[in-house]
Amino acid sequence: MVLNKKMLRVGYSSALVAMMASLAACGGGSQTATPDAGTTETAAGSELSGTVLVDGSSTVFPISEAMAEEFGTANPGVAVTVGVSGTGGGFKKFCAGETDITGASRPISQEEIDLCAEAGIEYIELPIALDGLTVVVNPENDFAECLTVDELLTIWEPDAQDKIKNWNQVRADFPDAPLGLYGPGTDSGTYDFFMDAIGADGESRGDYTASEDDNVIVQGVSGDTNGLGFFGLAYFTENQDRLKAVAIDSGNGTCVEPSAETVADGTYVPLARPEFIYVKQSVAEDPAIAAFVNFYISPDNAGLVDEVGYVKLPEEINEKVITRFENKTVGSVFEGGSPIGVKLEEVL
Amino acid sequence: MTPLSSQAKPLDAGWDIEQKEVLNALGRRQGVDTGFSLLALSAVIFSLFVLVVLLADVLIDGVPVLSWNFLTSFPSRKAETAGIVSALVGTIWVMVLVALVTFPIGVGAGIFLEEFVPDSWLARAIEINISNLAGVPSIIYGLLGLQVFVRILFPITQGRTVLAGALTLALLVLPIVIIATREALRAIPGSLRQAGFALGATRWQVIRSHIFPLALPGILTGVILALSRAIGETAPLITIGALTYIPFLPELSLRGLQSPFTVLPIQIFNWVSRPQADFHALAAGAIIVLMVILLLMNATAIYLRNRFQK
Repeated sequence: MVLNKKMLRVGYSSALVAMMASLAACGGGSQTATPDAGTTETAAGSELSGTVLVDGSSTVFPISEAMAEEFGTANPGVAVTVGVSGTGGGFKKFCAGETDITGASRPISQEEIDLCAEAGIEYIELPIALDGLTVVVNPENDFAECLTVDELLTIWEPDAQDKIKNWNQVRADFPDAPLGLYGPGTDSGTYDFFMDAIGADGESRGDYTASEDDNVIVQGVSGDTNGLGFFGLAYFTENQDRLKAVAIDSGNGTCVEPSAETVADGTYVPLARPEFIYVKQSVAEDPAIAAFVNFYISPDNAGLVDEVGYVKLPEEINEKVITRFENKTVGSVFEGGSPIGVKLEEVL
Repeated sequence: MTPLSSQAKPLDAGWDIEQKEVLNALGRRQGVDTGFSLLALSAVIFSLFVLVVLLADVLIDGVPVLSWNFLTSFPSRKAETAGIVSALVGTIWVMVLVALVTFPIGVGAGIFLEEFVPDSWLARAIEINISNLAGVPSIIYGLLGLQVFVRILFPITQGRTVLAGALTLALLVLPIVIIATREALRAIPGSLRQAGFALGATRWQVIRSHIFPLALPGILTGVILALSRAIGETAPLITIGALTYIPFLPELSLRGLQSPFTVLPIQIFNWVSRPQADFHALAAGAIIVLMVILLLMNATAIYLRNRFQK
């Protein structure tokens, strides 16, 4: 019994010692971040303290993480934490009052508006970046240079299931080659947006290779000479040697290549989309949270958006976003609808 | 042709059988034997091969990013400066708590069920239920943890914190610990117990001074196996709301228990799904760290087992 008591003590204390040792060891390195990008608010913000709870879309996460990192360097007293619950999961927490800011890769939906209203949560909707959904094919594919939105609809609509299986069914002069389809899973905001944008009403055929991890789609299309897939622009930019982007003809006869420029100047339609953050109105006056949001939407820090692979907002729109936050304008300009065809500059 | 089985003959009548035939039959039997062992061997080689390929792939990608900085830096948008300190510390916090919670409860429950409860339909019903619980998908425990530990017990856990995460994982691995404890106790011969009782020892004395120390190596193995499962879990922690980016560490006190946290599997998942290849290398590095922790845990278990086996 002595043995057994001793063992327990040894076990517990060695576990505690291990924990403390590693915590102590790690504590030393916690100040390693280096200030280097737009830290304009340093002087004013360094006195701030508090916490900012950010959650939401995995698409917006890299931007929020970059902002939190730089903001934290400038304001060591403010702890900004970022979670990833997806756009829908993020809104659930946000409307339950559990988070201050939630990222979204689509505007708030009607159900979510109702949910927030029920809980009495008012929000300020702020577009923070643009992304262009990119349709990609294998580099060996030399015929699909440009696809029209109608052709994309032919490929992806629910009725295409078990029928459209060959490239020559998409356009008569395409070769007789089997069509291999890859795309995000039905839960993702990217899927919703794409299907809405091509006119498939948010629904698609079910017989394609779906993955929540866009890198799997990259793998799939780069390994299938007849493959076709779609995802955010950053995944194409990082894999240009393995994939070829398809230009999109929105119906007016001009083919537009996806790129940071065409997304920013509004010519890449209809697959360019805004990314959002929603700020809880009741905490928007909180000094730490206000400072973080101002940092997030400041044009000085827009470089961070580019750096993580998204397209920063054009200046005119960015100014309107800043005004919107200054005025603490609540509500969604999309009123539960889809952002397709909506010109941000006009609605803000 | 089948004289052996056809009818009994006097032994001295001699065998009506060709030696060649016997050797043939023997050869066939041995052939089947060799064939089966080759089949079994190829199964081993195949699984080892897959493991080696996986390990090699991870090591090739991950070793170059391993450095002291990698272990002591917070995550960053820049792959060169990004590190895993918040995830590493979070994992250690959670695992230590899980161990502290599951060991007394799991082992206690196992001892009670094995040594104190008489064999009855109720005991059997509990046993079946615990076995079933061990097979419940981890996401279900995440949902349970979200409701019970994050929401109902909010005053204690303060929501989506280290404590809530550890308690959720503890629930997840408790059935494994209980089952392992019971099996270890069952392996102790009943004669030892009877000898103790015969000498007038109470049940408590018999268990405390004889049964438990003897079963301890087996129990420890079970506990470590359970912890090894917990350390790789992502789904239940995402469900209860573990974060992904945290620029600070939980403080080393009771209040640290109520701190938001992240763990290595979540960090790995996040990096793997980034478009930039540099982050994939970071994920591989974090996988190596996670594996090293796992191996250290197993090594500790083997060490303790050998020590107490004496």
